[in-house]
Amino acid sequence: MTQPAETLASQDMVRTSYLEAIVQAQIEEMERDEHVVMLGEDIAVYGDGKIIETFGGSRVWSTPISENSFCGIAIGAAMTGLRPIVNLNIASFVYLPSDQIINQAAKLHYMTGGHVKVPATFRCVMFYNAGNAAQHSDRPYPLFMNPPGLKVIAPSGPADAKGLIKSAIRDDDPVFVFEDSTLWPTKEPVSMDPDVLVPIGKADIKRQGEDVTVIAVAGSNRPSLKAADVLSKKGISVEVVDPRTLVPLDKETLLASVAKTGRVVIADPAHRTCSAASEIAAIIAEEGFGSLKAPVQRVTTPDVHVPFSPALEKLIYPTKDTIIEAVEAVL
Amino acid sequence: MALSTENKLEAYRRMVRIRVFEEAARRAFREGKIPGSCHLSIGQEGAIVGACMALRDDDYITGTHRSHGHPIGKGAKFNGLMAELMGKATGICKGRGGSMHLADTSVGIIGESAIVGGGIPLATGCGMSARVRKTDQVSLCFFGDGASNQGTFHESINMAAVWRLPVIYFCENNHYAITTSLRESHAQPDIAKRAIGYGIPGVNVDGQDVETVYEATAEAVARARTGGGPSLIVANTYRFDEHCVDLAISGAPYRSPEEVDAQEKTRDPIALYKAQLLGGGIDETALLEIERETKAAVAESVAFAEESPLPDASDLYADMYANPINYPPQRRVQ
Repeated sequence: MTQPAETLASQDMVRTSYLEAIVQAQIEEMERDEHVVMLGEDIAVYGDGKIIETFGGSRVWSTPISENSFCGIAIGAAMTGLRPIVNLNIASFVYLPSDQIINQAAKLHYMTGGHVKVPATFRCVMFYNAGNAAQHSDRPYPLFMNPPGLKVIAPSGPADAKGLIKSAIRDDDPVFVFEDSTLWPTKEPVSMDPDVLVPIGKADIKRQGEDVTVIAVAGSNRPSLKAADVLSKKGISVEVVDPRTLVPLDKETLLASVAKTGRVVIADPAHRTCSAASEIAAIIAEEGFGSLKAPVQRVTTPDVHVPFSPALEKLIYPTKDTIIEAVEAVL
Repeated sequence: MALSTENKLEAYRRMVRIRVFEEAARRAFREGKIPGSCHLSIGQEGAIVGACMALRDDDYITGTHRSHGHPIGKGAKFNGLMAELMGKATGICKGRGGSMHLADTSVGIIGESAIVGGGIPLATGCGMSARVRKTDQVSLCFFGDGASNQGTFHESINMAAVWRLPVIYFCENNHYAITTSLRESHAQPDIAKRAIGYGIPGVNVDGQDVETVYEATAEAVARARTGGGPSLIVANTYRFDEHCVDLAISGAPYRSPEEVDAQEKTRDPIALYKAQLLGGGIDETALLEIERETKAAVAESVAFAEESPLPDASDLYADMYANPINYPPQRRVQ
């Protein structure tokens, strides 16, 4: 597993959880730039209470339940000198402000001929595999990959979460952050240097391998790495690549891995149709077909709503076992 | 807060500038020089200019699909606006916006939204931004009677009222959301009364009387600038033209020809203001000079737009991102 070079360069590493890393990213950027503000519902929940204690006042805006308009407020504020972070909380709520995010945030730079910028960060947490049924368990990043103008990130570990969210806040374009609650407890060394960033648009090879490439999105990374461990005992060498940024995709890194192994599995917790996996598979078909020794396989959530009962919900997301099955199918 | 003599003439100038520009746009549209659709502000000049005269140059505006009048009312020059209507590279949005999006940022217009009600949260965000940056700027949000039925209207006004943001919600009530009348679509047709639900001042004004609009807006602006929070102003006005030029609407007319005719003859905000100024002792030659200068400037803008180049194909992907990364994507050839 490789860490980003920027992280290795720092000596100031502390074992940090995914959730703590997200809070640190925001506190550091709010300390760095007085124009960074935060908006959202119940933002004291999930660790962000520290941010309210640290800043409060006109830097933290606790909103009524009006997702479309408070996202629009953040967009208007971003167009006039602020760098808002919007905490949308549960990812299934993002459909409500999708109008403001797509029709305004994503489009206004282009529609004004570049005269306005929208440096806003929209955060949400994909709160799945937790018995919350279909209206609280979505992984909706594919919907926001389709309209151009947004950047979309889905970090799979604490260091990436911190470094990418910091990059998002500093970026001059709207960035949508899809956090993954299945990763909340994961811990790893994270830099405490406030200027260590993870660049948007760079994939990361989480494990080197020779025989099969597993491209793993967000929470699929952990089961993919576990699958690679199991398969290595059978003599199968799996390379695990995390795109980290879904828009813009780092095609070069993905295609280079495909060129090396010639066999690809894409693990993605989104629903199957038009998933991130679908887009990546299409790119590989168009631009990496010559390297392929077997058809590309997708391991996704099937096109069924998330059921409440854990007995059913546990059947649907990519797991170590379904990823192993797919790898064995392409060998 | 009354207008000075100088500003009365400026208000007249801006109203005439909107009217003459719009008449030229209509001609150009009918001659096939403006693609798409063309939404005119003719009849609504008093509401627009009365509101804009109450603002400083550094105050913000958001507007609507009926977007030509707002920048002109705020003091924009013509050339870039006319070129934008014709889809030219020299347009204020480089030909990416068109008739529904004349967002001239040089005069503080951050957006003209063709999603009805879409600009209301953005203007509210400008108010938040002014608060955080500790400036005394205000933002004014133009929207129509139709937009007052959008959730963004209610949600945004509620938040602005909770946080006492410096925002003026300015409804250009022309009484028809394309063809749907106020009475058919608003359980309470007095839109100003909706302010009561949010505990903020709400007033109706005669949108065809530019000075009345100015006075109501100046009062709301002064309140916003000094921490008194948002206000709702409903300017009752009328759209003389169709929703957009030559739009064919089948079926029974949604407003009678007699109604439109009466509005044009007795409620034209420019004719009314001209009579008022002349009655108040303003020399007619000053008004005629404004009309002459405006016609010349509009004619120059039409010539400028016609002579301007179309955008080059190489500019298609420009300005998609302020900070482009891996963009535009290059396709690897196998």
